[in-house]
Amino acid sequence: MTTVRRAKPLVTRQRTAVGRAREIGAKILSFSGVIVIGLLFLIPWAWLVSTSLKTPAQIMEIPPNLIPRPIMWMNYEYAVTSIRFVYYLQNTLLICAVVLIGRVFSCTVVAYSLSHVDWIGKKILFAIVLATMMLPGQVTMIPLFIIFTRLGWIDTFLPLMVPAFFGDAYFIFMMRQFFMGIPKDLIDAARLDGATHPGIYWRVVMPLSGPALATLIAYTFIWTFTDFQGPLIYLKNRELWTLSLGMQGYLKRYGATGTAMGAMMAGATMYTLPMIVIFFIAQKKLIQGMVTTGFK
Amino acid sequence: MLFAAPYIIGVLAFLAYPMVSSFYFSFTKYEIPMAPRWVGLANYVKVFTADRFFLKSLGNSAYLTLIGIPIQLVFALFCAMLLNLKIKGQAIWRTIYVLPTLMPSVAMAILWNWILNPKLGIVNHLLDLIGIKGPLWFNSPQWSKPSMILMQTWAVGFTTVLYLAALQGVPQELYEAAEIDGANAVRRFFSITVPMISAVTLFQLVTGIIWSLQFFAQAYIIGGGGATPGKPQGSLLFYALYLYVQAFEYLRMGYASALAWVLFVIAAVVTLILLRTSDRWTYYDIR
Repeated sequence: MTTVRRAKPLVTRQRTAVGRAREIGAKILSFSGVIVIGLLFLIPWAWLVSTSLKTPAQIMEIPPNLIPRPIMWMNYEYAVTSIRFVYYLQNTLLICAVVLIGRVFSCTVVAYSLSHVDWIGKKILFAIVLATMMLPGQVTMIPLFIIFTRLGWIDTFLPLMVPAFFGDAYFIFMMRQFFMGIPKDLIDAARLDGATHPGIYWRVVMPLSGPALATLIAYTFIWTFTDFQGPLIYLKNRELWTLSLGMQGYLKRYGATGTAMGAMMAGATMYTLPMIVIFFIAQKKLIQGMVTTGFK
Repeated sequence: MLFAAPYIIGVLAFLAYPMVSSFYFSFTKYEIPMAPRWVGLANYVKVFTADRFFLKSLGNSAYLTLIGIPIQLVFALFCAMLLNLKIKGQAIWRTIYVLPTLMPSVAMAILWNWILNPKLGIVNHLLDLIGIKGPLWFNSPQWSKPSMILMQTWAVGFTTVLYLAALQGVPQELYEAAEIDGANAVRRFFSITVPMISAVTLFQLVTGIIWSLQFFAQAYIIGGGGATPGKPQGSLLFYALYLYVQAFEYLRMGYASALAWVLFVIAAVVTLILLRTSDRWTYYDIR
């Protein structure tokens, strides 16, 4: 299979008939490889949507069928009511909104201090930022829980929201890298006009940060929206559950048996949909962000 | 400078203080709601001598890391190379490959639990069509971890994109020169492609290891907590899940803190070794 593993197409054009045939053969092989792998990737999605539209009877059918007949749109309605989809969605969105505001503010401000301000602790702080990017969350998880318990913040959204206002190593690093790339002349011009640091931050650096901010917002939203362990630890009260907990709660209650799977898959589809939408909106910026910052 | 104040406060409050606390807790017997009681090294001793779940969970996490990550990297590279071919509609295929990474982990766990359902899932059905009797996947102690790896491999889209970018950055002249010198495709791959993309490999290795040591959500949803965590037979009891069970189900905060610090040391050592030895096999393009 070495022909398929080739990183680049053949460099020289083949002149002989045999060579030409081989070249076409290689092309067909690689094209079919792309298609086959692509189809393999798509199968889970097809199964997701297909199950979400099946009647319980059809779900339990052996051998399973890909096309649901008849199509049971009701599953989606069941999902919304049984999983309390809208309500949990509201909770999740609320947390996301607050976290977004906190992150955008704190990360950019700190990144600015690491890029455009000269102060004593700058190098040390940057080193700390880099070091903490690799910290396993478990080391702080337990004491944070204890701290929040003592503060009485358990069963509120606060433990999930407040830390966002204090910066996050990954995003600080990302924004700092981006800020470093802003042309010096613009900054100098602003300084000549008498701008102070807050002014430069607000009037020069931030407006130029569109792409990086888009990446920050998109990623923060995705991670917060899909966060599971955080809400699991801090939100015991069902009224406060996020969508991720809601989905899991439904699974726990009805189990992974066949009959409940229709609504379950419908719920999972709806739960994934916002992520896909965001992806298509921010696609270019996201992939750019992934690549230039080598992001997780 | 004041601008950095939020982060400085954040680090102190949410990082430094908790780390010191958890270090302290690891030397105590701290079972909520009782107050912590100093017990010295007792927790650590228990971890390394009397706790078979520790070994099991470490083994499980090691399995996921040592077997899963290389598989995922190789597959991601393979997909990247496929995408790198001048195929029509490349953007569509790229989207298809990246799409799974967008699925929330909860949804992914639920979906794959269903896909790999031994009787009703589509995978065993497809295997059946070609005459293979499919295994019990998540319900089998032997197959549960490979099932996890399979699920994770579906979501390598992000790594694929990174590799794709790296592949596109490899200068064509290198390949041409090698071909003129008579190197065949395999040789070209191992001597040119692999070194040139080694920076991405290193990055993905380090982040992959850190991440897999913290692997929680899918493990909890599929393997479960409670009396028999990581079912079946503890095969899905990964380290982070075990830590969670000790801390939040048995409420043994002191012991769990010790587990957390053991994890930290392991992660730090592995990362350091990886970074130190990386000079020998990574190549950074200095232009």
